[in-house]
Amino acid sequence: MKNSSVIQKLINAPYILWSVLFVIAPLIMVIYYAFTDRTGAFTLDNVKSIGDYLSTFILSVGYGAVATLICLIIAYPFAYFLAHTGASFQRMSVMLVMLPMWMSFLIRTYSWMTILGDSGVINSFLGRFGIEPLSMLNTPGAVILGMVYNFLPYMILPIYTVMAKMDGSLIEAAQDLGCGKLHCVKKVILPLSVPGIVSGITMVFVPSVSTFYITQKLGGGQINLIGDVIEGQFQTANNYNLGAALSLLLMVMILICLGVLGYFTDSEDEGGVLI
Amino acid sequence: MKNNPVIIDLQNISVSFGEQKILNNISLQIHDGEFVTLLGPSGCGKTTTLRIIAGFLNPDEGNVIFEGKNINGVPPYKRQVNTIFQRYALFPYLNVYENIAFGLRLKKMKEKDIQAKVKEMLELVNLKGFGSRNIDSLSGGQQQRVAIARALAVDPRVVLLDEPLGALDLKLRKDMQVELKNIQQKLGITFIYVTHDQEEALSMSDTIVVMNNGEIQHIGTPTDIYNEPKNAFVADFIGESNILDGIMREDFNVEFEGMRFKCVDKGFSQNEPVDVVVRPEDVDIVPENEGMLKGEVTSVTFKGVHYEIIVDINGFKWMIQTTEKSEVGDRIGISVKPDEIHIMKKSEYSGLYGDYSSFSEEFDILSDPTVSEEDSE
Repeated sequence: MKNSSVIQKLINAPYILWSVLFVIAPLIMVIYYAFTDRTGAFTLDNVKSIGDYLSTFILSVGYGAVATLICLIIAYPFAYFLAHTGASFQRMSVMLVMLPMWMSFLIRTYSWMTILGDSGVINSFLGRFGIEPLSMLNTPGAVILGMVYNFLPYMILPIYTVMAKMDGSLIEAAQDLGCGKLHCVKKVILPLSVPGIVSGITMVFVPSVSTFYITQKLGGGQINLIGDVIEGQFQTANNYNLGAALSLLLMVMILICLGVLGYFTDSEDEGGVLI
Repeated sequence: MKNNPVIIDLQNISVSFGEQKILNNISLQIHDGEFVTLLGPSGCGKTTTLRIIAGFLNPDEGNVIFEGKNINGVPPYKRQVNTIFQRYALFPYLNVYENIAFGLRLKKMKEKDIQAKVKEMLELVNLKGFGSRNIDSLSGGQQQRVAIARALAVDPRVVLLDEPLGALDLKLRKDMQVELKNIQQKLGITFIYVTHDQEEALSMSDTIVVMNNGEIQHIGTPTDIYNEPKNAFVADFIGESNILDGIMREDFNVEFEGMRFKCVDKGFSQNEPVDVVVRPEDVDIVPENEGMLKGEVTSVTFKGVHYEIIVDINGFKWMIQTTEKSEVGDRIGISVKPDEIHIMKKSEYSGLYGDYSSFSEEFDILSDPTVSEEDSE
């Protein structure tokens, strides 16, 4: 017994070390910076000046929500369709969904610049027909597109997982009790896929709200979301303290969102499909 | 039961999955209020038959007639037939009350009526006061009861049960058998029950349909099926049977093991080869010199109520169930009364079943690891 507990500790050690070094320590640093000024003295000024960025926060949440909603609308029917096709087609499609994730996020976003740009792929194609270049880059649409494109797999996969695991006899039972096709979706398939939807929403919403790269590259600096502000504080303004305070607020906000979502799934349920 | 009108009439149903023929020309009439059991080994087509009646599957050929109307292609939700699923298929995100109310809400019943109906159903299945419980918090037996209540709540004309007790332990299963039978009699609705458990079938059913290889082997009452099995498969599948090769010399006279025996069967042609069935509990052990047939005891197993004795008679191993003990190696005689000999026509199953050679010492050696280990050394 004693031996096994020593082994267990050894096995756990790297994980604990990792968490302390890369999760807990940075978190403490963020909190420290947030409540101090440049000289290291305790202050609440950083937290107080958060109010100036309220509109940015709201804008970020808005962008995140729109991107998440679009992902959900695309992913749900797709996942349903995928889960009900042949096994080999399913494997192939899941592979294709994951394929972009093997490539760097930065490269994928960059490539959209060359597609959407004024002299990009689309505009040069349209130009052949004498159509004036459309300005697609540096618009809210481009930012939303970038978010949807990059995070869509994170919505599809958890929903697909629940759909594929769904007990077919529950759907049969519902039909047996008088459910037509459409009713079945509403009364059985939708409630059963809630854990997948919640996972998907979380995994799309959180990175969408906090992204700065997508807004920089596809928004051309015209659209400032909270991620851009935080990045700016650290990189250009060199104001670690304000940056940390904003990060802290973002974290708290995301935790609240997760808490609200978690309310919709039973704690013991298979809520954590992929998270 | 047979006087009631026919509620479900399956006419020449055939189903194939790819190359494999699952049901081969099945015809079956089920009467209103009847308790019918489809009995057979796994893969015999009994569940497929059930799914065709439920509407989850459409037959490749043949017709499903419900009260005189052809319901081929009618979707499940439009049929007055409800299924109790093997693994219950309760909705995990709804509590007991909402599960039972599921079908009633789809019928757009008034809330007050739903409440009364759910209450009535909970009482019927002995789950009074369980309405607000979560499905996860129930035991297997309780979940089964909820599944029964949910199916019965919508007032089906026919209830289909797909091995509903398969997941329960033996004691609970026996209790539920009695309870299901009581519920069926109380409500007077038709039950079509699928099982591979012959005892379950014998104790619950009005009519048993024995199936194998996608074909119906025998339809009859439990006593019919047991006492007058149609072929060697049925005789072997229901209870234990000694099945011997015989020749029908004339009416009421059959020859097997080189001896002539009186029997109560007639209507075979003269000298027709037949299968002869003698149930193990119908064989009497007598002193060797008084026996119609003589042989040596090769195995004795204590079964509680009786001993199971294997006797080698001219190389054919008989199983005998008796309350009197014999010893291995004893030479005994056996005697069989005429009405305990059952004659069957030859079938594709002749010669496949009914010899208890597998109870012999060779089998013991094969199945006893300690012996075979010593042997191999």
